[in-house]
Amino acid sequence: MITFRMNGLEVMAEEGSTVLETARFYGLAIPTLCHHEGLTPWGGCRLCLVEIGEGPRARLVSSCTYPVEEGLVVRTDTRRVIAARRMMIELMLSVAPGSKVLQDLASKFGVTQMRFVPRNDECVLCGLCVRMCAEQMAANAIGFQHRGRKRKISTPFDARSEVCRQCGACIYICPACQLRCQGPNAETALCNGCLTMEPTCLEQYDDLQCWMYDAGRCGTCVREKTK
Amino acid sequence: MKKVENFRTIKDLSAHITALMKERKENWRPTVTISAGTCGRARGSLKVVEAFKRAVREAGLEDKVIVRVTGCHGFCQTEPNMLIEPKGFFYQKVEPRHAKAIVERTIIGGKPIPELLYKDPVTGVKATTERAMRFYRKQKRLISGDNRLVDPASIDDYFSIGGYRSLLKVLRAKSPGKVIEDIKRSGLRGRGGAGFPTGRKWEATRSSRGTVKYIICNADEGDPGAYMDRSLLEGNPHRIIEGMMIGAYAMGAADGYIYVRDEYPLAVRNVTAAIDDLYKAGLLGKDILGTGFNFDLHVAKGAGAFVCGEETALIASVEGRVGEPRQRPPFPSQKGLWGKPTCINNVETWATVPVVIRLGADRFGAIGTKGSKGTKIFSLVGKIMNTGLVEVPMGITLREIIYDIGGGIPGGKEFKAVQTGGPSGGCLPKKQLDLPVDYEGLAAAGSIMGSGGMIVMDERTCMVDVAKYFLNFLRDESCGKCVSCREGTQRMYEIMERISEGKGKESDLALLEELAMACKDSSLCALGQTAANPVLSTLKYFRHEYEAHILDKRCPAGVCKGLIRYVVVAEKCVGCLSCKNACPSGAIKGTLHDIHLIDQEKCLKCGSCLEACRFEAIEARRDEAILII
Repeated sequence: MITFRMNGLEVMAEEGSTVLETARFYGLAIPTLCHHEGLTPWGGCRLCLVEIGEGPRARLVSSCTYPVEEGLVVRTDTRRVIAARRMMIELMLSVAPGSKVLQDLASKFGVTQMRFVPRNDECVLCGLCVRMCAEQMAANAIGFQHRGRKRKISTPFDARSEVCRQCGACIYICPACQLRCQGPNAETALCNGCLTMEPTCLEQYDDLQCWMYDAGRCGTCVREKTK
Repeated sequence: MKKVENFRTIKDLSAHITALMKERKENWRPTVTISAGTCGRARGSLKVVEAFKRAVREAGLEDKVIVRVTGCHGFCQTEPNMLIEPKGFFYQKVEPRHAKAIVERTIIGGKPIPELLYKDPVTGVKATTERAMRFYRKQKRLISGDNRLVDPASIDDYFSIGGYRSLLKVLRAKSPGKVIEDIKRSGLRGRGGAGFPTGRKWEATRSSRGTVKYIICNADEGDPGAYMDRSLLEGNPHRIIEGMMIGAYAMGAADGYIYVRDEYPLAVRNVTAAIDDLYKAGLLGKDILGTGFNFDLHVAKGAGAFVCGEETALIASVEGRVGEPRQRPPFPSQKGLWGKPTCINNVETWATVPVVIRLGADRFGAIGTKGSKGTKIFSLVGKIMNTGLVEVPMGITLREIIYDIGGGIPGGKEFKAVQTGGPSGGCLPKKQLDLPVDYEGLAAAGSIMGSGGMIVMDERTCMVDVAKYFLNFLRDESCGKCVSCREGTQRMYEIMERISEGKGKESDLALLEELAMACKDSSLCALGQTAANPVLSTLKYFRHEYEAHILDKRCPAGVCKGLIRYVVVAEKCVGCLSCKNACPSGAIKGTLHDIHLIDQEKCLKCGSCLEACRFEAIEARRDEAILII
């Protein structure tokens, strides 16, 4: 067993497990998008960022891919983490504003504006479908093409795949293309229809006392304090 | 092609090296060295070689003169360069037509040819030898200096300057632990960018569990305007291989890879030939020189993705997978190539290793500053008088590099900024010119050492445009795995584009900063973490330029096409037709001795006229049309 500190608590985890798994075991909520229990960790969506280390050497890493180490110091909800997560949500939303998963995340994290021109690509390249196809369906019918801004997911040479069994697992797991947000068409603004709850911890933000577990770490009060 | 001898023992090789060194010293003949790296070849040095060999043959001096074709000598601006021993005359911009005169006047007559000598752009004095040249005077060419002494295709040439003696020294007397101890004590740090202590990396690889270990030479150099690795691989491949062999011995690795991009055909060819020669010589393979040390070396060619310079992406690429980085830990020294402990070092780092062994840790450690030891090669490019590769001791100031070695800015222009460390580096302004160039100094100023690119910019460079250029490079070269880097660089580019077109909003600067910080904080690998540097450093030092673009809709340097139009200043124009001839779109009207006029409808805003005019009669003015919109 490996012992380390998470949000000030001493926690224990089995060797080889990740920070995200440990956090979830201890009931600390960390949002994820490209993570799925049945698939290998990917670390692409950067929502599960946590802060590790202390002082000037503190840095953000994706908890889904970070293996636990003896003596590690992890903080899951610092101001820096929340700010980074909110920017990731904003960036992903600007690509796929129609995704209900992303719209819900925006509401949970109080992302109420989208300052980028929406692209409506409807794919955030989280790679869930690619891994699903390869690892669970053993088909390897789709994969990533190109790199950088030209990156996309498709079959080899964009041709009709001979190995695809049309099982639909890729669509089942997609956070962007199946569940559509039912709110107003997000052309320039966010829906934020789900942002109905008001945070109560305005005085002092304490992640262990926060009662909004179901809604996830909203970070609203942290935002209030930075103003 | 000369036959390569096979060596079975350390003694054999040692005797051979000593004999060759002696021969080089004693059996001395006039030597003509012609640089033919990629830079030289691009300017026709192979034709010069051909013409020169013919001239020597015609003069009947074939046996009396050595013609050596080498890699780049560093002074790329004046290629093809020629170095003539014994007197060390340095000729620049040699053309095939000069061959005969050089043979007659310099080799037979022993006199320099004045028109081929280098003229100092500042003082106007002609320099006969390398040492007299401003460009070489302040350099300390520990690593790149041998380029002009060896023909990269000849292993004997490398032996004759004492090559592979560091390896012999290690094989003969040093235990692997002692080698690592030496490297650690020398203070050598990785030359690829991050500056991680090489000794510590080696130690971590050595102490990792497992019997199979790998070493890799990272030659995936892809920064715009940087080519020191290429020059070393082309000019002196054996130096790098010697370093790798010492490393392999120290870390207990039996296999090595040189990951070089296929865009460097000459480098690939020279390295491959060098490896072939080494197998023939018995210096690679099983039981090298009877010491029981096994080492195999392979060349892995990359397809030219910038991100493959990142070590985990590089490993993926060597393994045949898509070049995408992964989370560290586990570090390559624990779990690298095919899951085995792997040590990856940059070309320059490997090339420095034999020097460290030869000089000893203490003498090497005496060069440089407290935290950064040794010398570093920079590729000095951009708006600078002397373009080329410069090797300087760590701790030298930017001013010395730019003014003393580089000769300052051409055309009497004002210095504005220097961009260090490639696309992930930062732009440093005039007030940072006295900054000592080492890992700590550059990092403190908001830039990085990087692999050693140094792009000088003058007053006619727009910093918004520069940051936009690098973002454009990065948004293509990001692997696209993580959101922060893929979308971050893309969105930053969009904002920059908006600003450079005069459509920027006041809120854009805050957004840009927020996005840059998020990109820096959240990204998986060093590419994304440093992708924001061009933006952050220009925002830090040149914020007023951004403000001018956004608030006044004006590009102070007159570069951003959306904000300017070119006009002829009637008072200054003499009607010389230079601009008219330079214009690619035929937008300039006028006849000889008449004041010219630019047709704004046809103008492409390429700036050719501005460059062509010698009377400063072309001006880039703020485009009034923007105001109407």
